[in-house]
Amino acid sequence: MSDQAYNFAYLDEQTKRMIRRAILKGVAVPGYQVPFASREMPMPYGWGTGGVQVTAACLTPDDTLKVIDQGADDTTNAVSIRKFFQRTAGVAVTEATADATLIQTRHRIPEAALTTGQILVYQVPIPEPLRFLEPRETETRKMHELEEYGLIHVKLYEDIARHGTIATSYAYPVKVEGRYVMDPSPIPKFDNPKLSNSPALQLFGAGREQRIYALPPFTHVVSLDFDDHPFEPSKAPHDCDLCGAGESYLDEVITDDQGGRMFVCSDTDFCRTRCEAGHLGALGVPVLKGGA
Amino acid sequence: MGAVDLSIWAKVNADKPLLSVQGLSKNYGSRIGCADVSFDLFPGEVLGIVGESGSGKSTLLSCLAGHLAPDTGRVIFETAQGPRDTVTMVEAERRKMARTDWAFVHQNPRDGLRMGVSAGGNVGERLMAVGARHYGDIRATAVDWLGRVEIAADRIDDRPRAFSGGMQQRLQIARNLVTAPRLVFMDEPTGGLDVSVQARLLDLLRGLVREMGLSAIIVTHDLAVVRLLADRLMVMKGGHVVEQGLTDQVLDDPQHSYTQLLVSSVLQV
Amino acid sequence: MYVAVKGGERAIDNAHAWLAEERRGDLGVAELSVAQIRAQLSLAVNRVMAEGSLYDPDLAALAIKQARGDLIEAIFLIRAYRTTLPRLGASCPVNTAEMAVIRRISATFKDLPGGQVLGPTFDYTHRLLDFKLAAEGEAAQAATAPAAMEAVPHVMAMLDRDGMIEAEPLGNDVPADLTREPMELPGSRALRLQAITRGDEGFILSMAYSTQRGYGRTHAFVGELRIGAVAVEMEIPELGFAVEIGEIELTECETVNQFKGSKTEPPQFTRGYGLVFGQTERKAIAMSLVDRSLRWAELGEDYTGAPAQDEEFVLMHADNVQATGFLEHIKLPHYVDFQSELELVRRLRAEVFATQEAAE
Repeated sequence: MSDQAYNFAYLDEQTKRMIRRAILKGVAVPGYQVPFASREMPMPYGWGTGGVQVTAACLTPDDTLKVIDQGADDTTNAVSIRKFFQRTAGVAVTEATADATLIQTRHRIPEAALTTGQILVYQVPIPEPLRFLEPRETETRKMHELEEYGLIHVKLYEDIARHGTIATSYAYPVKVEGRYVMDPSPIPKFDNPKLSNSPALQLFGAGREQRIYALPPFTHVVSLDFDDHPFEPSKAPHDCDLCGAGESYLDEVITDDQGGRMFVCSDTDFCRTRCEAGHLGALGVPVLKGGA
Repeated sequence: MGAVDLSIWAKVNADKPLLSVQGLSKNYGSRIGCADVSFDLFPGEVLGIVGESGSGKSTLLSCLAGHLAPDTGRVIFETAQGPRDTVTMVEAERRKMARTDWAFVHQNPRDGLRMGVSAGGNVGERLMAVGARHYGDIRATAVDWLGRVEIAADRIDDRPRAFSGGMQQRLQIARNLVTAPRLVFMDEPTGGLDVSVQARLLDLLRGLVREMGLSAIIVTHDLAVVRLLADRLMVMKGGHVVEQGLTDQVLDDPQHSYTQLLVSSVLQV
Repeated sequence: MYVAVKGGERAIDNAHAWLAEERRGDLGVAELSVAQIRAQLSLAVNRVMAEGSLYDPDLAALAIKQARGDLIEAIFLIRAYRTTLPRLGASCPVNTAEMAVIRRISATFKDLPGGQVLGPTFDYTHRLLDFKLAAEGEAAQAATAPAAMEAVPHVMAMLDRDGMIEAEPLGNDVPADLTREPMELPGSRALRLQAITRGDEGFILSMAYSTQRGYGRTHAFVGELRIGAVAVEMEIPELGFAVEIGEIELTECETVNQFKGSKTEPPQFTRGYGLVFGQTERKAIAMSLVDRSLRWAELGEDYTGAPAQDEEFVLMHADNVQATGFLEHIKLPHYVDFQSELELVRRLRAEVFATQEAAE
């Protein structure tokens, strides 16, 4: 199936080795941003080039790939990246989280618990958690080196002083194994607890910014907070209107121009699996296993 | 939580200098910045460095505080682990010291404050940098310190942009002193302020220096500042120290012709 | 009953088909050939080669055709293709002193060895729309002169001989390769030049322009601007000597800038350097100004806070493929993040209303 004009998974073997070295370094120093010589990819920067390169470096012909964007398998960018690897690597693809050996994601962690042997690859737009506090790369690298993290707490302090609560709802900064402050990519903070102690290997690729970082399995990850204002993962206070799930992250869907709206699981695979198992939300209809 | 009990420390080490500067020189190409400066600063002591602009006093201060690398000389600071030459320290250590043991008050508060961060956040930053993680405690300390520098507690969430020049300077002082640093560098702390505002700030500084037993090095061209704050005085001209001694002695009985000129020009005003 | 939005795949396929149709345009108009683009839109081709970092006029012309004339999109296509090419080796440095010039001018000397050669330039054309071109574009034969046999010497070499300009001795260092190693700042001059030569023409132009307007002024004169073909040679290890493997067209600009010196150090002019693929003189001149501006630290000048003096600012924002990708990615769905913001703002608003009510 794969396009013979390109090497397996598009990148040449030298490049893949270079990326693997960066990944290994990232795994060895969890949360540390490893510079790597990001290549131009046939999709634009900011559209997942970092994740695509990490995926390309990790894929083997035996892998089963799942690609999600906003939690969904059928969003346009997810479709485009999945097709890219179908064409250039010819690997099997799936929408089922449990069946995938490698999952590339933008903005979500799947609801279903990941398992040993799985790799979750995040697309990262701005890998530097201190970037919007300090624009200079030379300075932020020094801050990481010296563990000068007072400034990021100043940001959280300012949030509480102004809003009464930490007003960061996604790309919520975390501290990895008590050392590096890390940007978990723009996942909603609802997903942050899933970063910690995951049996899966988590890899983060930022193509335009030329950085790779990693959380090896069972890495301890803590969301930054104050003792008296502890971190709280949050979601819309509703159940899914299709599958009735009460514990999943929800998208809000506008249903008419009269203020009508409904809430549905952002993780489409999770929602479908539940519907097929007979769960029913307020606006759902029973689904026959195997599809109608 | 990082803050050192200065009084105990001072008792233990009162006979050892806190800072010992030896043969410090810095040139800019062929122009002399400061030349062969040596002095000791003891715990609880305030040293004033005076001179006109271009005398080398700011260069000296920058070298002492580690903002500028001197060409030669040593700056030995009595750290908790014993005396260390801060010139040869790696930057990581020096920066760590700059946010714990040391403080630096800039002439222009904009250089020493985060203008986009609230007054409370500005005061709290050093606390958080050394590990404070309780919002309520940080805020209470910030309120306390705003009070000590005569800023009303209800301004805690305002940004420094909304403050007058004098308030900004007082906020910068609070931000620096909140972790009870062992050594404070001040660069023309009253410069750029109206005379009436200067007087109030000086009064405040004198109170804090006495109350906290601060060790400080203050660079200024204003003899009134050192008269009020400094125990000892160093007079600089053309990069050289031309006279040093107890403040009253130097000001009341200047020996060097340049010091005489400085003192007389002040008295005439 | 609501059905969640599906069919991303079909939508993409249909969009691609529509795009292809739009690219082709009106079927009543003859299709544009790659050869036509290469021959008649050669300055566009040059820009795509320069910023795509790949010297291949045919592929650049193809990219322009495929990109419907969107040059940044074409550059992007070339970059994405380039990244898949194996690297067989590195050429020897090209010798621009041996360039077969089609254009060579100096603004610092009225006349000089080798002469002023205007070449095919827009410089002195009147920018009047030529309505005759709308009908037919045949051009009259230009006058020719016998090609000069001897190489045209560099203006800089003449200044260098007198010690009037800072020496730039040949080095043996192998420069870092921007496309193979991550950019580390502060970078070397070689690295900066690589970044600028493939940087966006508009960005580099504006940066250079800002230095002329006083933001990091360097008082630049165009010492020499030359355009022409140079031989590319490669050392073949098995042979032990270099052989010519081809020829490329380059634009080189060297500026003579404000001098440095003191009572003890004899004053000398300083240099800015620009070298770009193809006939791309706006870019080459801009490049040499930005290069010079970024050299402030090395030359002991003051940092005035000008954007063009700020290496990190210039190098991190010069690449249009990076910039356009990141800019345009904000049109991708962000509703998961937006949803979390929505929740937060709703909660905060509710709290404010509650406080207000309690106060009333």
